[in-house]
Amino acid sequence: MSDKTMSADEVVGRLESGMTIGIGGWGSRRKPMALVRALLRSGITDLTVVSYGGPDVGMLAAAGRIRKLVAAFATLDSIPLEPHYRSARESGALELMEIDEAMFMWGLHAAANRLPFIPVRAGVGSDVMRVNPGLRTVTSPYEDASTGLQETFVAMPALRMDAALVHVNRADRLGNGQYLGPDPYFDDLFCEAADTAYVSCERIVDTAELTKEAAPQTLLIKRHSVTGVVETPNGAHFTSCAPDYDRDEGFQRLYATTPWPEFTERFLHGGEKDYQSAVQAWHALEEERR
Amino acid sequence: MSEVLSDVTRAEYCVITCAEAWRDNGEVLASPMGTVPSIGARLARLTFAPDLLLTDGEAMLVGPDGTVEGWLPYRQHLTMVTGGRRHVMMGASQIDRFGNQNISCIGDWERPARQLLGVRGAPVNTLNNPVSYWVPRHSTRVFVEKVDMICGVGYDSAAAAGPTTTRFHRIPRVVSSLGVFDFATPDRSMRLASLHPGVTVEEVREATGFELTVPEKVPYTREPTGEELELIREVLDPQGLRNREVKG
Repeated sequence: MSDKTMSADEVVGRLESGMTIGIGGWGSRRKPMALVRALLRSGITDLTVVSYGGPDVGMLAAAGRIRKLVAAFATLDSIPLEPHYRSARESGALELMEIDEAMFMWGLHAAANRLPFIPVRAGVGSDVMRVNPGLRTVTSPYEDASTGLQETFVAMPALRMDAALVHVNRADRLGNGQYLGPDPYFDDLFCEAADTAYVSCERIVDTAELTKEAAPQTLLIKRHSVTGVVETPNGAHFTSCAPDYDRDEGFQRLYATTPWPEFTERFLHGGEKDYQSAVQAWHALEEERR
Repeated sequence: MSEVLSDVTRAEYCVITCAEAWRDNGEVLASPMGTVPSIGARLARLTFAPDLLLTDGEAMLVGPDGTVEGWLPYRQHLTMVTGGRRHVMMGASQIDRFGNQNISCIGDWERPARQLLGVRGAPVNTLNNPVSYWVPRHSTRVFVEKVDMICGVGYDSAAAAGPTTTRFHRIPRVVSSLGVFDFATPDRSMRLASLHPGVTVEEVREATGFELTVPEKVPYTREPTGEELELIREVLDPQGLRNREVKG
């Protein structure tokens, strides 16, 4: 069986400008930030990003890498509005396919199941239809047993992606990914809905180790849907990666209040190691100030 | 009226009216957004609506004391929405006469003057499970003639979209800092259902940017019981966070 381990830069080396890229996690929770940082170090741009948006969307938007975003929101959770996403929208810097959270999920399901669309009772009656003139409806071929009506639904199109980036707690070298936190989010679906999928993790362990202490239900991502595995300790920083670590709220506040050029200069000038050291140095300085 | 009840704060009336939204709902998930609705949902659960389910705000179903009784990750939460066994109380940056709600952006959608949260789950919520709204600062900026982006579907938009849309659509109430509102009118436009004590009809009219139906006799929001006040003040919100969300 093949060893799929690679570095974050190798992952990015397989991506190209103009691609449609799905990013797992939710808001400011378990985002594959080390992979996003690697993407920021590359020259890759003109992306269509599909995401339950958090700082992944904010950073890529701030760096001008997103041509089109597919999302229901972009938030930092404890800070409700993602500041860079907000600026990008208010300056008209990106194209947006704004859809409902459930429509988004069914779009992933459709893609994972190789269906062109899935009917959903959501969107009709709202301005989601106005701002997405390409959305079509579909009428049920069946009469409803209680009403006798043939109902009309939004035909949510498949959100098929060229690549998916997700972050989990543990993985083996083959691509089996394990989450140990409270919510799987939609990371398995992202992997199944994409032509290639890259899983970063806090720690790569032997396959047998995965179920030594954790229940088998934690094995969220199956290796057949995974192209590459990257070990990136603290790789979701500053988003949460429970139970390994919580969100770094102090650093998130800094991110949200620092002008982007200054933030990149200070934290994103070098590689992942430089980023992690710069974060540590900032925390040490904060400690001293107290 | 007892001495204890005479110093009920506006926020406490709001808690009571939020809690009332979940009365007789049965065994459904109460999903409150915001501080006051969260206290209200737990108050309802502890008193007159003991069958309600609550979450910890993440993926756990919990009792009022935090005891985990179930697991509800986002994917199952969305099925609870479409299955209809849930009553959510959402916020609203704008809400209009027919209950259309906006949390997405202010101004032109193409290039908004102010980007807000985005549509989030408002479209799927309004078409599938009861959706009430909570507005902590009632003003003409929130209660508008026309919302800039319809996220939560109102009664007129639902009717125009047809029977698939109206089938499970229901907005039981809107609670604001000034009173409680419903849509119990022939054309399903917003009606003043009760005033929080200390508020006048004139005050509500001035703070509302559309023509509101006002019945000849408007009741006042009911008084909390002694037990309810004690629960709010000593058990559910001893730090008084409610009074930061609603002044007075």
